[in-house]
Amino acid sequence: MKISLIFSILLVGCMFAKAQDDLLGDLEKLEPPSKQLTTSTFKGTRLVNGQSVEAKHKGELEFIFAHRFGRINDGIYELFGLDQAYVRIGLEYGITDKLGIGIGRNSVDKTMDGFLRYKVLQQSSGSKAMPFTITAFGNMAIRNSPRKEDATFDITLVDRISYTGQLLIARKFSPKLSLQLMPTIVHKNTVDQTIENNDQFALGAGGRIKVSKSVALTSEYYYRFDVPDTNPYYNSLGFGVDIETGGHVFQLVISNTRGLTERAFITETTGDFFAGDLHLGFNVTRTFQIKKNK
Amino acid sequence: MISMKNFKLLFVSSLLCFSLGAAAQKFTLEKSIVKFYSAATIENIEATNTKAVSIFNAATAEVAFVIPIKEFEFEKQLMKEHFNEKYLESEKYPKATFQGKFSDFVIKEGEQRAVAQGKLTIHGVTKEIEAPGTISMTGNIVTAQAKFKIKLEDYKIKIPQLLWQNIAEEVEVTVEFIYKPQ
Repeated sequence: MKISLIFSILLVGCMFAKAQDDLLGDLEKLEPPSKQLTTSTFKGTRLVNGQSVEAKHKGELEFIFAHRFGRINDGIYELFGLDQAYVRIGLEYGITDKLGIGIGRNSVDKTMDGFLRYKVLQQSSGSKAMPFTITAFGNMAIRNSPRKEDATFDITLVDRISYTGQLLIARKFSPKLSLQLMPTIVHKNTVDQTIENNDQFALGAGGRIKVSKSVALTSEYYYRFDVPDTNPYYNSLGFGVDIETGGHVFQLVISNTRGLTERAFITETTGDFFAGDLHLGFNVTRTFQIKKNK
Repeated sequence: MISMKNFKLLFVSSLLCFSLGAAAQKFTLEKSIVKFYSAATIENIEATNTKAVSIFNAATAEVAFVIPIKEFEFEKQLMKEHFNEKYLESEKYPKATFQGKFSDFVIKEGEQRAVAQGKLTIHGVTKEIEAPGTISMTGNIVTAQAKFKIKLEDYKIKIPQLLWQNIAEEVEVTVEFIYKPQ
């Protein structure tokens, strides 16, 4: 009696244990602790005027057409700036998922620019999480205006060159909110030393808030350090709306700058944002996958 | 005190219990391929994931799998980005899971038809599904295949209006799991 009781309890117990098998629970134990890379910190490679941490993926070619109108406060005669336009046409190619190369031409000061971008760290979650994405950006720009014969001194190619080095540090706090800091140095080979230094330091800050899956609001500000009192330029400030449709990103912006190379918008912004010297504009990008993935 | 006879019985019953446990032979994944295909007017979209994990319990015909969403690979990187960012919201819902059973499954060598029935969770939404497929056992290796369609609407996957023409409302999912004994 006693024996059969023990026997049946054991048997039932062991059947019960079997029924309790939770395969999904077992799977959780089998799964290796995964490290998830955080992607899409921003929609575009540009935040407003300046760079974002985003790099093109390997084999992707981005065509970027950016455009700033004249000043809104020029009034009805200039149709609030719409009669004028400053354009930058550029290309960027992803050599690897981390390394990108680009070129561009900006009508402001007839500037040619070339740049390299390298994603040093990528934000991730899970085991060994990395809190930030860090991208290094460097460019060289040649200002082709004025013509040699129009210059006030004997201008050479070297005088026309400037360099920019930036560290772009961003964190995607949530799928909606991403913020970025941009410590920057701009070196200009030749400057008017009564108003500016050859080496200029700035700290940029910006971010985006997604308002829907395809639309985000952006902002960007560059603060310049050690600016001489005689300097006529302003810190650049801009706001934008990113709209993403398939392979295109449309960025509608308003900003106190019309230049689209780092030298121009970080160190030579001519508009006073709060006096209404505002330029409407847009960046339109189209991404082509040149080399198929795998 | 337990007599020798009782002890023997206890021993036999524990053995029986263990052997029952052993019969509940579990298989884990050796290799997996999960694909989905969406046919649409502008471009067809295809993605492959080889990072799924799964357990198959041959004794009970129970099966479960977990698919990490971010591991789907597309022909175009931008598709992958949109898939994660806009449709599946993989930062919020990193995994798709299934827990269910193959009905009509019997342990035997060779191929047999079976229907997987159970709960499929995608994008945080759980639905009962039925997916017809085949299971073949050769020696220690079990191969399970199934094909089914999912409606994006059922899993609250919304397509932004600007993009609707790029995405089909229904996608075809193919899973192939090759198991070995755990």
